[in-house]
Amino acid sequence: MTNEEALQQHSQVTQGAAIAVHADHHHKQSFITKYIFSTDHKMISRQFLVTGIIWAVIGGFFSVVFRMQLGFPDQTFPWLETIFGKWAEGGRISQDLYYTLVTMHGTILVFFVLTAGLSGTFSNFLIPLQIGARDMAAPFVNMLSYWFFFAASIVMFSSLFVSTGGSSVGWTFYPPLSALGEAAEGAKAGMDLWLISIFLFIVSQLLGGLNYVATIINMRTKGMFMTRLPLTIWSFMFTAILGILTFPVLLSAVVLLMFDRHLGTSFFLSDIVINGKILPNEGGSPVLFQHLFWFLGHPEVYIVALPAMGITSEVVSTNSRKPIFGYMAMVGSFFAITTLSMIVWAHHMFVSGMNPFLGSVFTLFTLLIAVPSAIKVFNWLTTMWRGNIIFTPAMLFSIGFVSLFISGGLTGIWLGNATIDIHIHDTYFNIAHFHLVMGVASMFGMFSGIYHWFPKMFGRFMNKTLGYIHFWITIICAYLIFWPMHYQGIAGMPRRYFDYSNWESFKMFEGLNTFISIAAIVAFIAQFLFIFNFFYSIYKGRKVTEENKNPWKSTTLEWSTPALPGHGNWPGEIPEVHRWPYDYSKGDRDFIPQTEPIGADEGEH
Amino acid sequence: METFFLIVIVLLIFLVIFQISKASEYVSILKGEEKAMKQSNKINGFLMIAFLILGLVGVWYCNKLYYPGNLFSWGAASKEGLVIDKLMWTAIYITGSVFFVTQILLFGFAYKYQYSDKRKALYYAHNNTLEFIWTSVPAITLTILIIIGLKYWFKFTGDAPKDAQLIEITGHQFAWEMRYPGKDGVLGRKNFKLTDAAMGNPLGIDWKDAASRDDVHVPTTMYVIVNKPVKLVIHSQDVIHDVGLPAFRMKMDAVPGMPTTMFFTPIYTTKEMKEKTGNPDFEYEIVCDQLCGKGHFSMKGIVKVVSELEYKAWFRNQKPAFKKAQEAALSAMNEAEPPVEAEVTNELALEK
Repeated sequence: MTNEEALQQHSQVTQGAAIAVHADHHHKQSFITKYIFSTDHKMISRQFLVTGIIWAVIGGFFSVVFRMQLGFPDQTFPWLETIFGKWAEGGRISQDLYYTLVTMHGTILVFFVLTAGLSGTFSNFLIPLQIGARDMAAPFVNMLSYWFFFAASIVMFSSLFVSTGGSSVGWTFYPPLSALGEAAEGAKAGMDLWLISIFLFIVSQLLGGLNYVATIINMRTKGMFMTRLPLTIWSFMFTAILGILTFPVLLSAVVLLMFDRHLGTSFFLSDIVINGKILPNEGGSPVLFQHLFWFLGHPEVYIVALPAMGITSEVVSTNSRKPIFGYMAMVGSFFAITTLSMIVWAHHMFVSGMNPFLGSVFTLFTLLIAVPSAIKVFNWLTTMWRGNIIFTPAMLFSIGFVSLFISGGLTGIWLGNATIDIHIHDTYFNIAHFHLVMGVASMFGMFSGIYHWFPKMFGRFMNKTLGYIHFWITIICAYLIFWPMHYQGIAGMPRRYFDYSNWESFKMFEGLNTFISIAAIVAFIAQFLFIFNFFYSIYKGRKVTEENKNPWKSTTLEWSTPALPGHGNWPGEIPEVHRWPYDYSKGDRDFIPQTEPIGADEGEH
Repeated sequence: METFFLIVIVLLIFLVIFQISKASEYVSILKGEEKAMKQSNKINGFLMIAFLILGLVGVWYCNKLYYPGNLFSWGAASKEGLVIDKLMWTAIYITGSVFFVTQILLFGFAYKYQYSDKRKALYYAHNNTLEFIWTSVPAITLTILIIIGLKYWFKFTGDAPKDAQLIEITGHQFAWEMRYPGKDGVLGRKNFKLTDAAMGNPLGIDWKDAASRDDVHVPTTMYVIVNKPVKLVIHSQDVIHDVGLPAFRMKMDAVPGMPTTMFFTPIYTTKEMKEKTGNPDFEYEIVCDQLCGKGHFSMKGIVKVVSELEYKAWFRNQKPAFKKAQEAALSAMNEAEPPVEAEVTNELALEK
């Protein structure tokens, strides 16, 4: 059993320094144990990343296709028929396909790219390396976490090929639409596969999350107190805790919905007449589903955003050559965001028909969560103030993250206010808000992380110039796409419409829709600069040498490993930690690694 | 052919970019990394400030293009909407000023503090006073926003004014149905199990309830009286829909099995709005704001705001739904068994 072998090898490695030499010369690894069923956290992280990138291309492409419908409603594109067949007859996408694309774009980007691709990649990669551990607490479970994600991916992808089409009920899958095959083509077999895929995905998240928390709590190296953890690690820990506490609730919603679909229960169904058919279900509540869904759905946006915040904190501090401002305030605001994010879910439901009193409670907590977010922004700004900033591609994306997070975060104050939400709920205002604050911003966090840790991941450098071009095109397009949407939103233009030409109220936006679509297409194409850079650099990039193994002059532990660390990370003993990770420009030193003892005449930060 | 050329052009652009990028990497090795870093740092520092300035110009230009003629710019067409507009303006001023200040600081710092040999970064790890300021100022501002917001939230979601006109609106894939109470001012009972479009009862009205006999059913278009509050009782027959009234700034979900309510007071007639907007085709549109299936985008309703006189004239011409159901039942009977007496039909329709 190759897995057991790997596991055993790991446990030997972690037993301590005496046999740590072991990590140097591995047992002979076959291709399968090294690249496929690997228990090395670094390999698993790379698997998450590459899978995430593939999903991002698919999810991004879907958005391009439905943007083409919105931007050019009267034109036909014959190549669409080549790809989608009967779903795009004559080069015009059908309404069913449109809604499938919208649904899949949301599902893929939120779950598969920004949850698995972002937190999966960097939690796996950085947790053991930055806390000084040889691997995760349970490497085999960690491997399972990836393979459940992979299985979820396969099921989700295959759902696109059933004859009735993939799910078309929105990534929020509100019943009764998602519960009744009669209600939409995409609520038939495609919906079942969609639910199974999400089920598998939740299993993956729970396995991963438990592992991350266990590792951070138990496996820190000597001297690595919680208060000496890099902010990335804090963010991964809170992300994992959020996931563990909320994903099971989504699981219950998925299971109950399956019962409603196939076993004749009425959890979410009541008083329904569809296509002239009177259904027997009575007493269920569609609003109950929304509570279950948003209990995960809202923390989910923080599951997506927190790792990006952690990465940004690290990258901004390193490249400003300054300690992060207000370390404890940053940790405190992570904690506040995590706690508050679990009691704000119903702000998605102000106009769902729930009791208005609930609406007032959720307004209160929702606006409160803006406070820790504001603290973070001001702390990043102060970190840059009087720094000596080096614009690496990672730093550019981190600055971009802060900018987008501000722009999108501020509109949250509108939407979180129940009274204003009555008007702009489910309009383009909402689309602009969440794409800026958790969609594009978190993508920026992910890019920042990739550019920053690529040398450690693959032992080679990415091309900087391509990185710069990639950044500038992407941020310009991001604003061109989402800024004008605020204007559509305050006009009350509803989201998820296939065609607006029939609406007198929104006719003035015809030209704007075309403009946004063009910007979206350019943004999508520009991402291939990154993708090419990424895969090309894995094989052909400039090599990281032992002398240059800490290219950003960072203080954290991962840069103390060999240029391309093997399974077990450090060939000798795990280094001991003596200080916090943000000693940049202290005294007359540019940076002081965490491993260096505090001098006699030197105070702790 | 066009697509083909487009693809070729994109590929060529890519090729050029790749070549330049690769060349720049070699150059940086030749020049020495330190020097190359300084050079690219300068360029990016300049781009930071350029992006900020062009971005601010873009914000202004976008506003110039899309504010005039925007539905929001006409002001709300309902009494409640005017309050929501006011709250939105408060939000625009507060979040807008924070937006400008923070973005200018962000890109300004990036430009000003870009790498220089001469500067040494300041070791500045924390300052409790600063932290206290930017915790308490947002907290106080938000508290004020919450208090103002909630005051109106309770008003708008509370009971409708006593003199409000009662109208029931029912959504189904993919259209809206309106029901008006007759002279009694009471809507008759409904039971979804009685729904039978063929027998003239698409809404599932219970004819046994005497109050239902004078109810009027009108598809798609809702007539309301200007300056008189309207109370909507909202139903859905199949999936969740949402009654969205952008011009009145109002919105509420239609949930199967759980009637919801909403009220608003229109202050301009449709005719006045046509003049106000300078658009002869202007209509108050009812949009569906909750994804309800493939026809979601086409689920359109109309609100006609008219004077009381016009409304009365219109209502006088409406036939009660019960009468229509009788006729439908009669013709259904005739098809099945041609000679049937009217009284029998009447009874059958009653039982339905």
